[in-house]
Amino acid sequence: MPRYEPWNADRAGEIIARHRHEEGAALPILHELQATFGCVPEAAIPLMAEVLNLSRAELHGTVTFYHDFRKEPPGRRVLKLCRAESCQAMGSDALAARAEQKLGVEMGGTNTDRSVTLEAVYCLGLCHSSPAAMLDKHVYGMLDQDKLDRLIDEAQR
Amino acid sequence: MSVRIYISRDSGALCVGAQEVAMQFFKLAEQKGLDIEIVRTGSRGMYWLEPLVEVARPEGRVGYGPVKPSDVEELIGAGMLDGKAHRLSLGLVEEIPFFKSQTRLTFKHCGIVDPRSLEDYKAHGGYKGLAKAIEIGPEATVEEVVNSGLRGRGGAGFPTGIKWRTVAATPQQQKYIVCNADEGDSGTFADRMIMEGDPFVLIEGMTIAGIAVGASYGYVYIRSEYPDAVEAMEIAVRAARAGGMLGKNIAGSKYDYDMEVRMGAGAYVCGEETSLLESLEGKRGEVRAKPPLPAHVGLFGKPTVINNVLSLASVPIIMIDGAEFYKNFGMGRSRGTMPIQLAGNIKHGGLYETAFGITLRALVDEVGGGTRTGRPVRAVQVGGPLGAYFPRELFDTPFDYEAFTAADGLIGHGGIVVFDDTVDMAKQARFAMEFCAIESCGKCTPCRIGSTRGVELVDKIVAGENREANLVVLEDLCHTMKLGSLCALGGFTPYPVMSALTHFPEDFGAKKKRLEAAE
Repeated sequence: MPRYEPWNADRAGEIIARHRHEEGAALPILHELQATFGCVPEAAIPLMAEVLNLSRAELHGTVTFYHDFRKEPPGRRVLKLCRAESCQAMGSDALAARAEQKLGVEMGGTNTDRSVTLEAVYCLGLCHSSPAAMLDKHVYGMLDQDKLDRLIDEAQR
Repeated sequence: MSVRIYISRDSGALCVGAQEVAMQFFKLAEQKGLDIEIVRTGSRGMYWLEPLVEVARPEGRVGYGPVKPSDVEELIGAGMLDGKAHRLSLGLVEEIPFFKSQTRLTFKHCGIVDPRSLEDYKAHGGYKGLAKAIEIGPEATVEEVVNSGLRGRGGAGFPTGIKWRTVAATPQQQKYIVCNADEGDSGTFADRMIMEGDPFVLIEGMTIAGIAVGASYGYVYIRSEYPDAVEAMEIAVRAARAGGMLGKNIAGSKYDYDMEVRMGAGAYVCGEETSLLESLEGKRGEVRAKPPLPAHVGLFGKPTVINNVLSLASVPIIMIDGAEFYKNFGMGRSRGTMPIQLAGNIKHGGLYETAFGITLRALVDEVGGGTRTGRPVRAVQVGGPLGAYFPRELFDTPFDYEAFTAADGLIGHGGIVVFDDTVDMAKQARFAMEFCAIESCGKCTPCRIGSTRGVELVDKIVAGENREANLVVLEDLCHTMKLGSLCALGGFTPYPVMSALTHFPEDFGAKKKRLEAAE
């Protein structure tokens, strides 16, 4: 279960320093920052820019280009529902609507007790067993209403 | 003597409970004092039978599936460890028609070997392709790949050997091998299966590429939606390095080659090769204009071989059995085998590797067994979100690069998504435009703006607003996107849109309109 650290500039500096000599270090750094703090904190950008010898604008452009990188930490758990064609063919639109209604959020939102962030994902590579979902790093296939309900209950627990 | 049983750790098996089944076996083995050894393999690709449990017997591996944790005790009681019959018995796994009728070349070891064991890979004939490449040298290796007729399995179908020859001919010292494992197309999972089930074959293929073109370093760029594949590749890379198969003087030869795994960050467009290179460099994943080709100016400005997972994973078998052997499979200019992925509303969802030339009908109706819902098949989308929708009338189209182009479609990465008769094709056309709008990198106007205008147009057409005029505009927009976009995202989004419109006009209000006109 993800537990994130509060923002700490020294900790961020340590992560950046560890990757600085890698070729194309930006993505590995951003991934590790997000794994540590639950998001890419705004304050990390100038630190990264300094070390990687890039402009803040350039880095801001990179961070915001990718769907993965968050501005705010997510809920305690992240539930991703596949919305791509293969899952559509097996009724994922109805499951997505049900999840939104049960959690009281839209795709991309976090419920009020911040237990779950619900996100759309475009393919988990489990198209042989559509509809598919991912709760944190665990995958689920052949979903139906009952299985989805159980997954949402588990996520909220 | 201990009985060996095999349970997949492929995420396609885990998503239906393979981990829980394996845990139950461990638990009962301890309780009952059973002498069993559980090997966690990749998947055979018969996902409707997962979790599939295989027992090693003198006559071969005997299968049981799909197994639930609650079945395990009963299975053991029925004598599964001696290969005895049970209601979940499948007999010899390699005799199951879906499996037996395949030609497994690229996926030869997938579902059979332990993906974390270098020794097991070698015991199954692994690294013989590399030994051959070392023996015959770089130039002959490149020519072997050229002669095999292997074409890029990522979607574009460009001859792999020609890419290699171009990079090999460049004078630069520093070159790179990049494996495109950003498998974002809905309906595809072959790259994931290789990385999770037989990662060493990919490492071997990349190593051969490195020797062939004179590149000493490589990257595998894997999408972040595949955490299990990332982990499997990282474990395999470490094992290969520890076993002397990566690093200095690989396998005791004069060649150096090493590599690392990099993770994407949720951008579909990064599956486009130049966008992927930008992303690896740590930038926005914006598409580059070509030329220059990546073979001349690629990663960090250096000559780069960038190939799909399946292309690189096919190289070892080409080296072992020879270009002639590989070329003998297939039809026309599509040589060898294609790992086809059956997905969506299909009874037998999974991976089916076969020679080019099989028809859509055979794949969907016979191999795939029709829909999982039991309703009639209405449409199939071939080649991911940028692939065309085919109606039943076109089901005689053979699986071949040129035949699909002639039918205004593409085979792409080999994914087939099946839809039953409840599908609304106007909704699918709208989604294609919407997806392009979400994922566009924004560099070129036809894709960035055209996709959003496309969504609006489909909405207007379906609502019956200036229908005839808007149909003309939509067609014109698709034409502009097709010819004016920098890459396949904007360039191919018209395929699903136009095919839906051409083959299923009734879903766009065509009949209704005709009725209104008659009144």
